[in-house]
Amino acid sequence: MSALVIAAHGSHLNPESSRPAHEHARRIRATGAFDTVQTAFWKEEPHFREALRTVPSDEVYLVPLFISEGYFTEQVIPREFRLEGWTGWDSNGTSAVTATLSAEDTGQTVHYCGPVGTHDAMSDVIVRRAESVTGDPDVGDGVGLAVVGHGTERNENSAKAVTYHADRIRARGRFDEVQALFMDEEPEVDDVTDYFTSTDVVVVPLFIADGYHTQEDIPEDMGLTEDYREGWETPATVEGHRIWYAGAVGTEPLLAEVVAERAADAGATVGDSLDRLRAGDAPVRSA
Amino acid sequence: MDREPVEALREAAAAGVEYDGLSASLDGETLQVAVEDSTTTVDDRRLDDLPEPFVPYVRNWVYWHETAPQRPAFRAFLRWLERANDGEPSAVPERYDALETGVTRTWGQLLLTARLSEGGRRRYELRHVDDRDVPAGDLQVHGGPNDAETIARHDDRDRYRPLKTAPTLRSGWLFPDLGPDEVLSVVSEFYPATIENWFREREGTLDVTHYREAAERQTGRYRSVSELPSEALEWAADACCVDSQCLKRREWDETADEPLDVPRGDGPFPCREPCSLFVAAAKEWTSLEDEATRTYEIELTPSERDQLEAIVDAVADGRVDEIREADLGDGANRYRARYLRAKRFGDVESPAFQETDRTHGSEEDTSD
Ligand code: SF4
Repeated sequence: MSALVIAAHGSHLNPESSRPAHEHARRIRATGAFDTVQTAFWKEEPHFREALRTVPSDEVYLVPLFISEGYFTEQVIPREFRLEGWTGWDSNGTSAVTATLSAEDTGQTVHYCGPVGTHDAMSDVIVRRAESVTGDPDVGDGVGLAVVGHGTERNENSAKAVTYHADRIRARGRFDEVQALFMDEEPEVDDVTDYFTSTDVVVVPLFIADGYHTQEDIPEDMGLTEDYREGWETPATVEGHRIWYAGAVGTEPLLAEVVAERAADAGATVGDSLDRLRAGDAPVRSA
Repeated sequence: MDREPVEALREAAAAGVEYDGLSASLDGETLQVAVEDSTTTVDDRRLDDLPEPFVPYVRNWVYWHETAPQRPAFRAFLRWLERANDGEPSAVPERYDALETGVTRTWGQLLLTARLSEGGRRRYELRHVDDRDVPAGDLQVHGGPNDAETIARHDDRDRYRPLKTAPTLRSGWLFPDLGPDEVLSVVSEFYPATIENWFREREGTLDVTHYREAAERQTGRYRSVSELPSEALEWAADACCVDSQCLKRREWDETADEPLDVPRGDGPFPCREPCSLFVAAAKEWTSLEDEATRTYEIELTPSERDQLEAIVDAVADGRVDEIREADLGDGANRYRARYLRAKRFGDVESPAFQETDRTHGSEEDTSD
């Protein structure tokens, strides 16, 4: 009997914040790979503190629906889930896999996995996001791809994750150009058109949920729109480039597969569910 | 799950069965069954062959041991729902009579009804307490936990609900026919972890974390909340945690030895530590409490003074939307408030509140 707990930030203000966690949980639930699939939140309910007691299994795979290693994944989650003896993953900032610990209040064995954002399969989700926003399953030839994140200001590892995936996707040679861009440091997303020669540029923000950054800041900074409330075209023309802005990568259905893969890497038996999630045949009802 | 009931009972009887007034044991190959003051023996017989008075007892045992979820918290909750209190062994026939028409319980704003269905199984209906007397046909029918998540997300004015246990659940929906596992998932979606914490409390194992301890744990942006003064903590609990704002019963205090005076609430499920919304509010109040007071002078008629109070009350009680457009007798009426603003607060050159004296100095912002 094993359970999957998906830990996400959530919000007191923005109802969209927890949507990816709920939707990916439903997708994974539908595969039947785990006896229980439970969501847990820092700002919503069940809170991190109380999520484990809602899960009947002795063995729990805990996957943070976060982009990078750092404050939330290394301090807040281990503390709030009361993971005894947590000392870190022994990671270089993008290499966390799992740590097996015991929860102080419930005695459950918790396999605490690295965040979804640094898993190698996240590169595929970014590419899938580019395919879905352009409507072209073979997108790449003659097209530039920008992966966008926070800079190092808030968290050094958040920039590392962005660069990591940009490098991996570039190495595949599918897109003409691949560039990591940031919100608060060079190279900045504001100057997106300066960094590409391709006319068509797909911009994928490496964020879990849509919210202030992905729906207000970035579209305005790139010049897709003067006022986010008026929306923008996809693609939007900016300085002779066509910008295909994708919105948060975390809402892409394929991310559910990365969540399950995180648990599988930590030892969970997930059967054919990875294939099913990759094929997208697990149904989900949107809230 | 669909084993012949007598067969299932025979298997369990080897270790002895004592449940809700039913006793069963094995005497060699012979199954001995007793209820109240009658006893019977069963050789190869099936449930249908048992004398009538035994049947509901056996079906009741089967439901709780073969059909209902075995997890202790869930089982206890479902038994609480139909008022099957352990230690009242003779209650099965009476309980079955009650279950024929339906046994109803309230859980926050949820109204749950347990009914008897085929073969002694139970089905559960769930609706909003305010819809108690609304005909089922007038309610929107739903089926499972995903629907509950959607209903719980916004209030009836379509505003996002950041606190699931706020008494702002929208009404007008119905889950007419849920099995035991489904009703538990739906309740857990409306009110996460409430069943588990209610059960822990019943068992005497609820792990309460009091405010000071919870505040000590905070880091980053919330580190400052440990500096919230005791007096302000009372006001904060009064603002957030009373029944008109949150249906959890507050079990935490300032510390185990320093209870707050604010009423805890009367709901069935406990609040075991300050929630994230409370901590976020406490952060705000901690930084506001950092300011020293000053003395202001304002010129008002007695009615205008009353009106200021009426406005604060209307906002604090969430009554603003209920005040009718033309109800000029209500001090918090929009026209009345606009009039007061035009008369007293409209002039930037001479503000309504005049500072008369500065008492204390320090008020630097310590929030991080
Ligand atoms: S701290 Fe507890 S009682 Fe107070 S608002 Fe939060 S959940 Fe409700």
